[in-house]
Amino acid sequence: MTDLFQLLISGIATGGCYALAALGFTLLWQASGTINFALGEMVMLPAFMMLFFIRGAGLPLGIAFLLTVTVSMLVLGVGFKRLVVDPLIRHGVIPLVIATLGLSIGFKNLARVAYSAQVFTFPSIFPDQLINLAGVRVSVADLGTLALACGVAVGVQLLLNRTLTGRAMQAVAQNRDAARVLGIDADRMVMYAFLINAALAALTALLVTPVYLAKFDMGDGLGVKAFYAAIIGGFSSSRGALLGGVLVGVLENLVGAYISPGYKDGVALLLFLVVIVFRPEGLLGQPQARRV
Amino acid sequence: MTLPRILRWGALAIAIAALWLLPTTLKSYGIYILTLWCVYVIAGLGLNLTVGYAGQISLGQAGFLGIGAYTAALLAKLGVSYLLIVPASASLCFAIGIGLGFPALRVQHHYLAFATLGFNMLCFLVFRNEDWLTGGTFGINDIPRPVLFGYRITRAADFYQLTLVMMIALAALMALLLRSPWGRAFAALRDNPIRAESVGISTTFYTLMAFAIGAAFAGVAGALFAPLVGFIEPASFTVTNSLAMLLMVIVGGSGRFFAPAIGAVIVVLLPEWLRFAADWYLAVFGFLIVVMMVWLPGGLLSLPDRIARR
Repeated sequence: MTDLFQLLISGIATGGCYALAALGFTLLWQASGTINFALGEMVMLPAFMMLFFIRGAGLPLGIAFLLTVTVSMLVLGVGFKRLVVDPLIRHGVIPLVIATLGLSIGFKNLARVAYSAQVFTFPSIFPDQLINLAGVRVSVADLGTLALACGVAVGVQLLLNRTLTGRAMQAVAQNRDAARVLGIDADRMVMYAFLINAALAALTALLVTPVYLAKFDMGDGLGVKAFYAAIIGGFSSSRGALLGGVLVGVLENLVGAYISPGYKDGVALLLFLVVIVFRPEGLLGQPQARRV
Repeated sequence: MTLPRILRWGALAIAIAALWLLPTTLKSYGIYILTLWCVYVIAGLGLNLTVGYAGQISLGQAGFLGIGAYTAALLAKLGVSYLLIVPASASLCFAIGIGLGFPALRVQHHYLAFATLGFNMLCFLVFRNEDWLTGGTFGINDIPRPVLFGYRITRAADFYQLTLVMMIALAALMALLLRSPWGRAFAALRDNPIRAESVGISTTFYTLMAFAIGAAFAGVAGALFAPLVGFIEPASFTVTNSLAMLLMVIVGGSGRFFAPAIGAVIVVLLPEWLRFAADWYLAVFGFLIVVMMVWLPGGLLSLPDRIARR
């Protein structure tokens, strides 16, 4: 029984990380219609950047993280939008999908060849302790990860719903032309979405790498699971991303422990297929009529 | 027949004759590359139907190729006739294509990209984990070359000619399909799905069929791939390979009939050309894709149009 609880809690914590990546994916998709298949690598690169700052430059984790967020927002936010998305988005979705897939292969192998193909341990921001919670031993890192993920999800939701900028971003997501007529700088709002996505990816890297370890292909499963989490939960809210992420994380842990560790990575696909058959709008999404 | 049509058919006939005779001048590695090209063209023809004509993104073509290849290898080991192996691989892929495409295409068409990506990863897991069936990471060795009408095809050139005949037959089949009312329906869906539906074309049915037929072509390609290489392992059927196949169609120019033939040349030869890059090969490959998409989103066959417009 205690095993089950521990599996649940660590599953929820991993799910929280999926949810953060999923949130960034949802934001990009809504703001600009960008499907980003390099999402997993956009988590992997910051992990290696932090590692480089810590090992190479001897900086403490906190400063390394802040530096990484800045670089990541510049390169994976502004650079990605200007160099890849802007020239391609007018040609439709397919060229962009292929370009981001190419980017994913490029980034992955750049990290492999230019840095290392080895696996690196990564320091956790949380103390390596277990605490007793009503008779169940729970790791502080799991609880902290979960709390941070929830906090960020709530924060993003508040930003989108309560601030003027956030509401302008939503307006652009819903109808770009109408938003322009109202005097909203649509391009700037889309840029904000890219910046938030890059920052969320760096944060995901900070939380997920101590568990997953830093390796050039660590983004492989992560990106795909983040898409599935976003769709399972429903595209319309950050609560959806959180729910989707946690469901995927928990079910993965249970399947890994009780059915077969080899098929852990297949759980998200099956859950995704089941959800889109029975509730195509996602668990928390609103059904939408098709526009003609 | 007008003159340009005669010229076109003539060019095609010469190309086919040249392909038929080419192995006499080549060494065994050249024949191998040429056969591999045919295999990729077959898979690409199917993918071009899904991507170029029905307007869907499929990232699972290598998964279907793998299913076809493993089916062919296992059945060949059991001594099943090659005349049964090819339809078996094709129909298995067709059925799996329906099962995967149905939920994804019912909702939103972009979902097919996600579903096929996950599917390809799942295929890889199954190939790797089910040791009893697929040999796990070691794969399946010593896959025999096919026996046709009591004659065992052992020479590389003979197997190449068999593959070439299959490729031409499947290309002809695809050309017929695209000229049939079905083909028109596929194009209508890609160009204006809502209009197509309003004149009574069932969007979901036809896109699903395009995807499943595309998968079946990959199944046939797999059934030729297994005896060609003689040894199959999970690493040949990863998402990266699916992307390479998708690129083949896009580089050639998706929605153009000869796109896979041009694209496959590049995908088969690119590893040879990029050999100087050694370890950097995949990194260069990835960033080249990005550059090419930004510079030429319509593919190589769109180049003449582009120059003409200048």
